Amino acid sequence: MTTAARRTVTLTVNGAARSAPAEDRTLLSDFLRHTLRLTGTHVGCEEGVCGACTVLLDGEPVRSCLLLAVQAQGRTVETVEGLADDGRLNALQRTLKETHGLQCGFCTPGVLMSLTAAEREGLDEEETAGQVLAGHRCRCTGYAGIRAAVAARHRAPGGPRQAPRGGGAEAAG
Amino acid sequence: MSLRKGSVVKPPVFEYMAPATVEETVRALARHGARAAPLAGGQSLVPLLNRRRVRPDVVVDLGRVAGLDTVRVADGAVRIGALARLRTLERHETLGAALPVLRQTVRLVAHPQIRTRATLGGSLCHADPAAELPALAVALGARLRLAGAGGERELDAEEFFRPGRTARRPGELLTEITLPLRDGFTHRFVEIPRHAHGGLPLVGVCAGTRREADGTVTAARIAAAGAADRPLRLRGAERALTGGPLTEEAVARALDAAASAAAPPADPHGDAAYRTALLRTALRRALAAAPHPGTDPKERA
Repeated sequence: MTTAARRTVTLTVNGAARSAPAEDRTLLSDFLRHTLRLTGTHVGCEEGVCGACTVLLDGEPVRSCLLLAVQAQGRTVETVEGLADDGRLNALQRTLKETHGLQCGFCTPGVLMSLTAAEREGLDEEETAGQVLAGHRCRCTGYAGIRAAVAARHRAPGGPRQAPRGGGAEAAG
Repeated sequence: MSLRKGSVVKPPVFEYMAPATVEETVRALARHGARAAPLAGGQSLVPLLNRRRVRPDVVVDLGRVAGLDTVRVADGAVRIGALARLRTLERHETLGAALPVLRQTVRLVAHPQIRTRATLGGSLCHADPAAELPALAVALGARLRLAGAGGERELDAEEFFRPGRTARRPGELLTEITLPLRDGFTHRFVEIPRHAHGGLPLVGVCAGTRREADGTVTAARIAAAGAADRPLRLRGAERALTGGPLTEEAVARALDAAASAAAPPADPHGDAAYRTALLRTALRRALAAAPHPGTDPKERA
């Protein structure tokens, strides 16, 4: 049996520099949850289908279960923990709550990260509710509520394009 | 507490390498041969690793190799670096204008959150017979450039895709894909999804015709996904359509030719007869979707 190689992975998570050892085979999802103890990122299918583990890598939504932690070396990762501002839900999170866009909440962290990226990119409501939400499995059949949140964000004064770039603590600048 | 200390492992143990140049990559791949797995976007390889369906000794991460993600539109062709992400291709305006079918097909592949990582070269090398992009490559007559320890070679997409595998040898790296812009051709990709869009389709067809102003079809290029053990060029259907107008009779002959060429797999999603029937449907829709000549003179391939 080959011994598992370990190396130090250094990356930026939610605006803070983090550094920790990881085996080469460690998935980014497991590195976030078990090494950095950021358990907001949920792990469902571990084959890229369900979308629960979606995080932002250099601003783009990716499946953290399909990335090795070492691939994130030197890169910027945003997780659901980075969305709230000093313990207060951000506008997108509040909208999702108000429209009952979650029930059990398992898929929610991934949904929030995808919607955050969609808002920053300026995707329209149809693209967001269609293409983007299609990349997430909600087993509580809560899509009506999630779609209502997307619609509400697009109706909101100023629209979703006001979402800060960089997310959470690193939004300034 | 039990979650700590490396108890959470999914992929088997492997050695990870992240070379910075094509030369280093080719050397690494040559040294380890079939025991090395090149890692491009990882959207096919990592699920296989997580399920331990593959157990490479070495994973060669191509993500740090410089210069393999370029997109150029020039000299009647589109040249795409093997590491170009599908999301990049989807957003690329020059590319979208030059080769609309590429963007249209890319948007059928998986989801945006997968396309941010998935690469064109990775999809072609993974070569799932039901995947969209290999069929697109065959229909458009793509050329694939491979780099190896002994130098480079270039293959037609039809030579590259073999039954159940590709012509890429262990130790070779796919570096660039050239898609010729075929004047007058208008291609469309039509697929029959399993349940919702996102997964591999049951069947897909990439079909294009070149037509005279009077509607006479002067050439056709058609390939199917999910119709055989590789992306399948449908030459019989092409011949059935060529030389006359796109009449119902010509289309019916093409559907018959496609059906007789098909040897689709059977699985719980559908038997071979069902998939063959879907192939006819997909081809009929793809041909119906082709705009009549003159409707958009700028649209090519």
